[in-house]
Amino acid sequence: MENNIVISAQDLSKVYRRGSEEVRAVDGISFEAFAGEMVAITGPSGSGKTTLLNLLGCLDNPTSGTLSAGGREVFGGGRAPGERELTLLRRELFGYVFQKFYLIPTLTVEENIMLPGAFYEAPGAKAALDVMRLLGIERRYRHLPGELSGGEMQRVAIARALINSPKVVLADEPTGSLDSRRAGEINEILRSLTRQGITVVMVTHNLELAGRADRRLEIRDGKIHAA
Amino acid sequence: MNIYSIAYKNLLRKKTRTALTAGGIMLSTWVLATLLGFNRGYQQGLNRDIDNMGFQVLLTAKGCPYEAATLMLKGGTGLRYMPENVVSTVYKNPEVEKVTPMLMQGVFDPNKGENGAVAAYLGVDAATFPGMKPYLEFKQGGWFTDNKAYEAVLGYEAAELETREVGDKMLIPGVDREIKVVGVLKRSGTQDDGTIFLPIEAVQKLFGKQGKLTGLGIKVKKDADLDAFENKLYDLPDVQVVSMAQVKTTIMNLVNSARVIVMGIAGIALIIAMAGVINTILMSVMERYAEIGIIKSMGALPLDVFKMIWVETAILCGLGGAAGIGLAFLTARLAEAAVRYFLPYAPNGALVALDGGITAFSFALILCGGLLSGIYPAWRAARVRPLEAIRSEGE
Repeated sequence: MENNIVISAQDLSKVYRRGSEEVRAVDGISFEAFAGEMVAITGPSGSGKTTLLNLLGCLDNPTSGTLSAGGREVFGGGRAPGERELTLLRRELFGYVFQKFYLIPTLTVEENIMLPGAFYEAPGAKAALDVMRLLGIERRYRHLPGELSGGEMQRVAIARALINSPKVVLADEPTGSLDSRRAGEINEILRSLTRQGITVVMVTHNLELAGRADRRLEIRDGKIHAA
Repeated sequence: MNIYSIAYKNLLRKKTRTALTAGGIMLSTWVLATLLGFNRGYQQGLNRDIDNMGFQVLLTAKGCPYEAATLMLKGGTGLRYMPENVVSTVYKNPEVEKVTPMLMQGVFDPNKGENGAVAAYLGVDAATFPGMKPYLEFKQGGWFTDNKAYEAVLGYEAAELETREVGDKMLIPGVDREIKVVGVLKRSGTQDDGTIFLPIEAVQKLFGKQGKLTGLGIKVKKDADLDAFENKLYDLPDVQVVSMAQVKTTIMNLVNSARVIVMGIAGIALIIAMAGVINTILMSVMERYAEIGIIKSMGALPLDVFKMIWVETAILCGLGGAAGIGLAFLTARLAEAAVRYFLPYAPNGALVALDGGITAFSFALILCGGLLSGIYPAWRAARVRPLEAIRSEGE
């Protein structure tokens, strides 16, 4: 099982200063995510779940602790990678899905999905078509985001996250803007990714959806309250 | 999918803003290209006019040399008189290749136009004048039979204006003398097109100016020292020496002084357009802060983002610049008409001479200015930290 560890965090902390006050957004969390596993992170607002997700996805630097991703130590032992190294790591390992989709409104569905290819060598139209088929949006490939429903837009965002064949998909409230039926569909799509060996780490307020994950971490005051 | 199509589509998000900014760039390019074209056109025209006079030095009776030069460039000579014997005096100089005497006379013609106007006649020597102007060709007829004949040769436009052709007779108002048209010149693109040429002795007799000249054109030998020759001419009494090279330099200095001011205005227009570019692109970056963060989270390096924003600036400036060049070509004749209206003397031919060099230089300058303006917004975009950008959208 140890060989299948994709993300490993040890005693991970993130401390902010708010004036004279010290805020421990993530407080000594140790956590491992395995290949093909779906992990749901839940907790009340301000508990530190999004901060933890950002740390795991190398979007934020921890104050202390170690973090390994894809078998490589990223943070820890006084090591602080540069922006270029982090960018290349994100490019190779992670796909991100956000509550607000963040699609580029002037680009079509297909162009949004192929966006990474504009900046570096990334899979092209064939791969885009494959992920569109996987997510059931292949007929919408010429549409602009403004012409799509919320559920479709989130599918496009997931497709964009998948175009680089990431090992881990990090989803921050991916169903937060959707009704319960669409939320269920998106959850199923994320669930289906695990069957292809992709690890899905998802922050959600929706306890029903969290219940369908392989594992659920409940965060309170920056610490794992229950796993 | 490439960075250029993304940049282009980004510009289309706010079409009005993009169009206004590109419009500012277009106007700056237009002003710049037109001014540069005018500078070149004016200089070429002036050189052409002076070269086409056929002589390098003009002697006139004492008076204002600039007035004399301007009258000459407009197709006349200074209306003061000098003695005819100056011809033989000047001709004795070894530097002289040819001389040609001229006598200009103006007569009020009550039948010209609505309220009458001055009709000008240039008396020239049929033996020497054509040799000075070898480019003059006849549409009909030829030069006078002799210098005393009551005959006229009309420039192309003069013939059109007077609606005369060879064989017609013209009445010289005031002296009530009919003269016969013996030649009509082809269009030469010079002041000669509007001139009525008469034999010099006939003009002297008709207007009672025997033994008098208003000008003497001098063509100097190729290897002669022009400055030294001009210094010799200064010793002649009651005449003044007008060097065409000096006239050219003086006019160009005046034009250049005006050009410095106008180029300064063009520079300010350029700076304003560039400020517009910075504002537009920076606003666009700020509006897309979260998007840029997402792009970076997907693996785009700062340089990639910098390039994307810079390409947007280049497209904006490229389109504006190209439109400005097009506008400069479209309005060149209009600008020329305006310049002719305001300037006391404008040479013949195209006054706004736009060519590949000028358009390429104007376009390159605008593009460079635009790219320079794009550095700051592109740098700001490149520095966007993905997490901060995404958070900023959430707040």
